[in-house]
Amino acid sequence: MNEIRSISAKQVGRDVPRLESRQKVTGRAEYTHNITLPGMLYAKLCRSTVAHGRILSIDVSAARDLPGVHAVYTGETIRTLIAEPYFGPAFHDQPILAIGKVHFVGEPIAVVLAADPYVAAEAAQMIVAEYEELPAVFDEVEAMTSAAIVHETLKPAGTFADLKHLSGKSNTNVALDYQLRRGDTDAAFAAAEHVFEHEFHTQQVMHTPLEPMVSIAEPGDNCLTIYTASQSPSFVCTEIARLFGWRENQVRVKVPYLGGGFGAKLYIKLEALVAAAAMLARRPVKLSLTMEEQFYTITKHASTFRIKSAVNKDGRITARRCEIFWNGGAFADIGPRVTQKSGFTSPGPYDIDNVSVDSYALYTNRPPAGALRGFGIPQLVWAYESHTDLLARGIGMDAVEFRRRNLLREGRPQATGTLMHDAAIIEVLDKTAELMNWTAPFERGEGVIRRGRAIAIGFKAVVAPTTSGAIVNLSADGSAALYMSTVDMGQGSDTAMAQIVAETLGLVAERVKVVHPDTDVTPYDMATLGSRSTFHMGNAVKLASLHALEQLGAMAREVGLPEGTNYEIRDIFLKKYGMQAGNIIGVGSYVPPYTSPQKGTGLSDNVTPFWMVGAAGVELSVDTETGHVTIDRLINVADVGRPLNPAIVATQLSGAAMMQLGFTLFENMDLDHGQVTNASLADYKIPGMHDLPTVMDNVIVDNNQQNGPYGAKGVGETATFGVSPAIANAIEDAVGVRLTSLPLTPESVLRGIRALRGEKLEG
Amino acid sequence: MTEVRCDIAFTLNGAPVALNIGGHENIVDVLKRLGLSGARESCGQGLCGCCTVIIDGVAESGCLTLAQLVDGRSVQTIEGLDADGALSPVQQAFIDAGALQCGFCAPGFVLMSHQLLAANPDPSEAEIRDYLSGNLCRCATYPEIIKAVRLAASRMRAAQAA
Ligand code: FES
Ligand code: FES
Repeated sequence: MNEIRSISAKQVGRDVPRLESRQKVTGRAEYTHNITLPGMLYAKLCRSTVAHGRILSIDVSAARDLPGVHAVYTGETIRTLIAEPYFGPAFHDQPILAIGKVHFVGEPIAVVLAADPYVAAEAAQMIVAEYEELPAVFDEVEAMTSAAIVHETLKPAGTFADLKHLSGKSNTNVALDYQLRRGDTDAAFAAAEHVFEHEFHTQQVMHTPLEPMVSIAEPGDNCLTIYTASQSPSFVCTEIARLFGWRENQVRVKVPYLGGGFGAKLYIKLEALVAAAAMLARRPVKLSLTMEEQFYTITKHASTFRIKSAVNKDGRITARRCEIFWNGGAFADIGPRVTQKSGFTSPGPYDIDNVSVDSYALYTNRPPAGALRGFGIPQLVWAYESHTDLLARGIGMDAVEFRRRNLLREGRPQATGTLMHDAAIIEVLDKTAELMNWTAPFERGEGVIRRGRAIAIGFKAVVAPTTSGAIVNLSADGSAALYMSTVDMGQGSDTAMAQIVAETLGLVAERVKVVHPDTDVTPYDMATLGSRSTFHMGNAVKLASLHALEQLGAMAREVGLPEGTNYEIRDIFLKKYGMQAGNIIGVGSYVPPYTSPQKGTGLSDNVTPFWMVGAAGVELSVDTETGHVTIDRLINVADVGRPLNPAIVATQLSGAAMMQLGFTLFENMDLDHGQVTNASLADYKIPGMHDLPTVMDNVIVDNNQQNGPYGAKGVGETATFGVSPAIANAIEDAVGVRLTSLPLTPESVLRGIRALRGEKLEG
Repeated sequence: MTEVRCDIAFTLNGAPVALNIGGHENIVDVLKRLGLSGARESCGQGLCGCCTVIIDGVAESGCLTLAQLVDGRSVQTIEGLDADGALSPVQQAFIDAGALQCGFCAPGFVLMSHQLLAANPDPSEAEIRDYLSGNLCRCATYPEIIKAVRLAASRMRAAQAA
């Protein structure tokens, strides 16, 4: 018998329903969206109408005079409170409200506060700003050389060592130029049998969480409490303290459930503004964005990827050159991290001796871009897996066989030099091929309907190094509470972490209480992002639970109970305290080992603690008269290590794949001189019920992540990887049309079909 | 803003309420003031279903319904479904089928599923997709929602037959 374990049912690997299910189906779950504080004012923003311009004047008098308006602030007002009101995770480039100039259409230039949100909204419309327009740049490749410069000087935040060299640089839009060099690509290209070169594009899209971004600040005496729909409470705390020149313990950040995040609610977004407004007004201030405003706040990078490969006569890739341009929009947000952390995987999960990568984060005058479910990986996989299919086609080899010949295997060095471990790449490929019945003949359709199929596989290195901390409180009655700053935004982290506590302590997961992020109470966590929580927080939670268990063992020994006792937890406490009293606090903190990449070469022997692997298999039908594509079958195969909660993992896979399906087939922010012209769900379509593939399968391959908690690793992004290229590859398989820009609209398919036939489309 | 205020009285989840409202306020604003946050505004344009309320038996977008228009009528919200402390079969099926992630859309889907099953106790998958196509879930929990509706339907039919 295990000591003090009374539960034989395994807690990990069990389909525990989400702990908060009942609150969610009854409409009673707590979201920041629902919070109202006594005396609270509502904030509404006035936004820039030009993409790039010097602010000549902002006339707020009419707004200020509107009855019911409490106050109107501009960047200059903010400056009376904070001398340098610029924030951001990688660069301090984002002003709380515009100062001197505006960088994109939609940038906040003034805020109105009123007790009635409708009054605040009306007043915000009455603000009149005048600008001297400046030349603007919108395209990421043009931004490399454009005369239009978005920020006069670069202001790296200082938190990331590899950005320090950019400090004070001027006359450039390049916010980071990342390089990786391995082997001798020039020589390999010169000696190559075949050389292929392509260019791929992705469009700007938005997360559109259904709970729009929202933050509230409540001022106190030299302190602030912030209630916010944030994925990174610890970072908000640090950054607000920095802005105000305060200690971290003067800022309290509380986060309830999130109505979706997907990367939109990361780092710091509305928090600085509500904090400053609340301090100025001496009243609680709430800012709730509308769906439209979200499109002006954070988006996913548009990108251009130029990729070139050398292939020898055996179908081995001998060299690959990658040049990627990330359209970061007006503020860097986390773009420079995307540029580097994703950049080093841009050659794909292939074993290639000679690799060169140049990845550029660019400022443009578009709405800012940051992380969106994949941290840049979906943009990369889109390009390298479209390209890889073209290579196989080019040398006349089967697409699966070509990949199998080139994929990275256990123990082989990835482009950075880090040896691959616990990444089930081949297994994921083989499983996908098997599920698709790849070697069997395929029904190709007839008449106007043509069918095609294809696969794509991608991988990701989890961002490193990052830290998570957790506390487990074991009460005298044997119940446990977990204190952590991981944010449950729908991915099920509360439930998965409760399972880890329960597994380790011998409890029932459903009865573990999870205390939500509150920086006064819950320990530091880097953020809920990039599929890092299951692994990092999971390890911290396991350590905290083990720490509690160790103390419980000591307590048992102290009261004279034998080693390996099966006494209930409450009886051990009772023996020690003589009554139901006391508690045990287990603490755990986890930061994985890591080796910083060498400057210039980007090489590292330990660039990440784990790899995620995901593939998509697609069967589709193309209507050759309309260009319309029907996804008949989508298979998502993933390596998630050992799943903590298989049902939730499957939902994560299908949810991620569906989201990527929208980004693949229709989602696209239309821009006209920097103005988003479809910033609403009326004009910007997201996937609905009818967009579900006819059949969708989500499959986990058997694997064990040895350094993960109970063998688990991250999963939230994995099923996004393969979707876009698999669909583009299948379209080519069906009708011979190769599309190189997302989204893959019926119009672009039809144009391709007509072009192949030598017919012109009217208009 | 020229403020027009008015008094309204309506039935909310079976109980009478009366209050003074601004002429521009929608029913979601008013419900929020009454402490109910299950109907919630997201798109604000009648496109996502997060704000679904049932007015005189018909599902409506709360974000597009001026509160004055419910005067004298009967409004049901998600909070009415478990008024007796027990979950409705649809709510239970959503839990059992794992048909929620962030849950922001869940009240709207649950209410619409009730409407569907009241009209059609044994819907096909295609009918479910059609009926619920006006509700959006950004977490894309659609396969699980379809499963939940079928589960609820079969349980409700079984209960009926018993
Ligand atoms: S908020 Fe009413 S339908 Fe979207
Ligand atoms: S569960 Fe998140 S929007 Fe539906």
